[in-house]
Amino acid sequence: MPRLGLRSVAILYLTAILVAPLGLVFYRTFEHGFAPAWEALTTPETLHAFKLTLIITLIAVPVNTVFGVICALAIVRQRFPGKGVLNAFIDLPLALSPVVVGLALFLLYGRTGWFGGWFEQHDIQVLFALPSMILATIFVSLPFVAREVVPTLREIGDEQEQAARTLGANNWQTFWRITLPSIRWAVIYGVILTTARSLGEYGAVAVVSGRLQGQTETATLRVQERYESFDVAGAYAVSLVLALLAVGVLLAMTLVRPKEETA
Amino acid sequence: MSIQVRNVSKRFNDFVALDDVSLDVEGGALTALLGPSGSGKSTLLRIIAGLESPDAGEVYISGTDATEVKPQKRNVGFVFQHYAAFKHMTVRENVAFGLKVRKQPKAEIRERVSELLRLVQLEGFGDRYPAQLSGGQRQRMALARALAPQPDVLLLDEPFGALDARVRAELRAWLRRLHEEVHVTTIFVTHDQAEAMDVASQIAVMNAGHIEQVGAPTDLYDEPETEFVMRFVGDANRIGAHWVRPHDLDVSHDARDGGVEAIVDRISHLGFDARVDLTAADGEPVSIQITRERLEQIELEHGQIVWLVPLRRRAFDPEALLAVD
Repeated sequence: MPRLGLRSVAILYLTAILVAPLGLVFYRTFEHGFAPAWEALTTPETLHAFKLTLIITLIAVPVNTVFGVICALAIVRQRFPGKGVLNAFIDLPLALSPVVVGLALFLLYGRTGWFGGWFEQHDIQVLFALPSMILATIFVSLPFVAREVVPTLREIGDEQEQAARTLGANNWQTFWRITLPSIRWAVIYGVILTTARSLGEYGAVAVVSGRLQGQTETATLRVQERYESFDVAGAYAVSLVLALLAVGVLLAMTLVRPKEETA
Repeated sequence: MSIQVRNVSKRFNDFVALDDVSLDVEGGALTALLGPSGSGKSTLLRIIAGLESPDAGEVYISGTDATEVKPQKRNVGFVFQHYAAFKHMTVRENVAFGLKVRKQPKAEIRERVSELLRLVQLEGFGDRYPAQLSGGQRQRMALARALAPQPDVLLLDEPFGALDARVRAELRAWLRRLHEEVHVTTIFVTHDQAEAMDVASQIAVMNAGHIEQVGAPTDLYDEPETEFVMRFVGDANRIGAHWVRPHDLDVSHDARDGGVEAIVDRISHLGFDARVDLTAADGEPVSIQITRERLEQIELEHGQIVWLVPLRRRAFDPEALLAVD
C-alpha cells in the first residue's frame, strides 16, 4: 500500500512539525480558562503592539505589492543592462538573516551612518521609531510579490498585450485591462505571503526598534517580552492571535479562489 | 487603404531578418506573404503593425509615414497564430475591447459586437470564455475582435497554422468570403503555398530576408523569376540546368525524341492523375504528373528505362546553362 504509506508520512510530518506546536499554543492559552487570556490580550501594551504590527503591515504590503509588480514587469518584459543583477538582488532578503538587515539599517540611519546625520539635522527620528521598523519590514518582505508574479508573466507571454496594443489600448489600459487581470492570482498570493511575513517579522525589527514597551514593541516582540517577564500565559495569548491571523489569511485565500475560477 | 514598405531592414543580433525589403500593397487587396520559416515574413508583418520597429526604411499606410507611429495609433487589426485571446474576458468582451478602449458609446459597442458575432458565425457564443471554444472558433473570435474598430488594414500572422487540416480549409474559404464582404486591405503570412494560392489575389514570395517575387498566383506559378520561386510555389524537377514542372514532362520510349534518360522507380495512382517517380541518368530524382489516360497509353512499368521530354522548362542560372549546353 504505497499510497497509504505516502499519505501517513505526509500527515505524520505535518502533525509533528505544524499541528502539534500550534495545538499546544492553543491549549496553553486557554489552560486556565478564557478570562486570563483575554486579560493578557487587552492590556494597553499588548493592544498597542498589535496596532503597531497592523500599521507596519498596512504600509509594507501595498508598497511591496506595487514595487513587486513593477520589478516583475521590468524583469520579464524589458531588456536592460543590469537586469540579471536586479533579478538576483530581489532574492537577497530571502538569503540574508533579518538580524543582518536590522544591523545594516542601524549602520545607515545611526548617528554616524550615511543617512543618519541628515535625518538628525531635520529632526526626524528613524531608529527606535516607526520609520526604521517599516523599512526593516519592507526589506524582509520585499521578494514575495515579484517572485510570484515573474513566472506567471513568463507563462502568459506578451501576445495578449500586443493584441491589446494593436486594438488601440495605451500602456495604462493594457496594464489594467489585460496584464493585471492575467496575473491577479499571482499578485494575491504574493500579497498574502507578504502579509504573513510582515505580521511575523521579528529579527530585523528587534534590532532597529529599541523594543520600548507601548511605543516600539510589535506583536512578535511582545511575545518575547512577555515570555522573558515570566508571563507565559500572556506570551501564549499573543502568539495565538498571531497564529490565528496567519490561518485567517490562508483561509481567505482558499475561500476566494474557487469562486473566481468557476465564474 | 494602401500600404508601402520602403527599403526596410531589421536584424535580431546577428540574424538578418529583413534586408532592404520594399513592397506595395493596393487598397482593398488580399495579399499573402509566403515563405519558409525564418524568411522574414512575420517580421515584415509585425513591422507593418508597429509591433517591431525597423532598423532602416519606412512604412506608409494610406500614403502617410507610419514608421514612428505606435501600434495603438496605426489603426491596424492584427490576428495572431495562437489567437492571443483575452482569457479572462467573454467572447463579447474580447470583441468589444478595441471599441471600449476608444471610449465609444455603450449602445454602439453592443450593436457593433452583435453585428460582428453574426459575421463570424459566433452569435450564440457571446457569453462563453475563450477556453470554452474550439481552435477555429477562437480564431474567428480573434478576427471579429481585430475587425471591430474598423481597421484600415487587417494583418494575419499564420492565422490557420495552429488548426487541423479540415478546419483550416474551411476557414480559408471563409476568409476569402469575408474579404469580399468587408473589403479591408488584408495581408496574411503563411508558409503553405497552397493556402496562399487559394486565398490571395497577390503573393509576395519571401526568402532569407528579402522578397523574391510579387505577383498573382498564376504568374508566380507560370513565370517564376527565380529558382526559389520555381521550387517553392508548386513542385519542380531539375533536369540538367533547367527546371520543369511535374506536368510539363512527357514520357517517351524512344531516345530519338531528345529526352533525358531515366528509370521508373514507382507509379502512384492518385485518381484523376498519377505520379511517377523516376531517377534520371545523372542520379537526380524526378517526379512527374500525368493523366491516367496517358499512363495507360504509354504502358509504364517499374524498372523500365524511359526518356523524359520537357514540354516547357525554365533556367535561372546562366552560368550553369552554359556549362551544360
